[in-house]
Amino acid sequence: MSEIVGGIFTSHVPGIGAAIAKGLQREPYWKPFFDGFAPVHAFLEREKPDIAVVFYNDHGLNFFLDKMPTFAIGAAPEYRHEDEGWGIGGFKPFVGHPALSWHIIEQVVGDEFDPVTCQSMLVDHGVCVPFELCWPHTEAWPVRLVPICINTVQHPLPSPKRALELGRSVGRALENWQGEERIVVLGTGGLSHQLDGERAGFINVDYDKFCLRNIVPDPEALIQHDTLDIVELAGSQGVEILNWIAARGALRGSVRELAHNYHVPISNTAAATLLVENHAMVRA
Amino acid sequence: MLMTRTPSDPARRIIPGTPIFDGEAARKGLGLNAMCYSFNSADNRAAFVIDEEGYMDRFALTDPQREAVRHRDVLGMIAAGGNVYYLAKLAGILGLNVQDLGALQTGLTIDGFKAGLLAHGITERTIAS
Repeated sequence: MSEIVGGIFTSHVPGIGAAIAKGLQREPYWKPFFDGFAPVHAFLEREKPDIAVVFYNDHGLNFFLDKMPTFAIGAAPEYRHEDEGWGIGGFKPFVGHPALSWHIIEQVVGDEFDPVTCQSMLVDHGVCVPFELCWPHTEAWPVRLVPICINTVQHPLPSPKRALELGRSVGRALENWQGEERIVVLGTGGLSHQLDGERAGFINVDYDKFCLRNIVPDPEALIQHDTLDIVELAGSQGVEILNWIAARGALRGSVRELAHNYHVPISNTAAATLLVENHAMVRA
Repeated sequence: MLMTRTPSDPARRIIPGTPIFDGEAARKGLGLNAMCYSFNSADNRAAFVIDEEGYMDRFALTDPQREAVRHRDVLGMIAAGGNVYYLAKLAGILGLNVQDLGALQTGLTIDGFKAGLLAHGITERTIAS
């Protein structure tokens, strides 16, 4: 039987990828963020997952506004990054897991979700930056990828409740997957930030702390706000918390926070990293 | 910042200083955003640099969109339906990052905009025993 070992939630600011490429991890501006990954690295070294199921949003690499899915599930044998228009690149390619992807698709459609399915899919910094953060200094990624893309770009966005329910459905699929693999779930993006409008630069520490405090013990707390409430509370792009909410939903066992790191600012963003373990049984 | 929210008609929610990229904006902005999406290609970025007006013709930009692009008017681009994730690709050609975009939209200097972000100055870390 598969084992869902835990979840890693992290910001995916493109500038983090540029900082990694330039080797700036120990610079004073970046160190407080990168240092937050020490517990993540120890966890991954200990748990050695085989598969990463990643909830993220595309920023205009694979999807354009001509065809914009609310939920899209990758079912490709491989994924790669391409030029996003402004120069970060050099990300390693990813090996997919089509059998698990289709198993997830069967489960979520059975649970009355209607995802777009993608046998060919580019993945942008929303996937690549978190992988670089989690598995630095590797020749090839040690996990196979199942990417699940949530529309956080064009309103109407899926509701936080819907995102949580999607995650729970994916979690059911992971629990009943008959493979022997160890699975880690990632949710990327956020926390509060806003790139556009006269309110650009908006950050809301109180809301971010509310999310960090509640997402593990009480994810329902995060779905009391609708998507526009979250835009107001977290900024236009802070609504990427939908990816975290979905990823949290996929962890259906006994869930415990192992570590979190919250640092403001990285670029225009309140950057956060949260590590949680997941056990099928409650520990006595 | 307290966690308050503005009660308003959910059909047309107004959040001050915060563009909502909805269906209306997506329809209005399609040409501008399509142009920006094309900038994922280095060849297309080079073509734009060589002939901005001709490149805008290819995507049938509206007059307000053209004016905003000509004047590097970020708020104008957004008002004309531009979405910031796509506009960021145009900004890259112009040598602007998201903090430059922030300064341009808020009327702050770039140092002033960065200072506003740094003013939060928070690092919090917990590790379970």
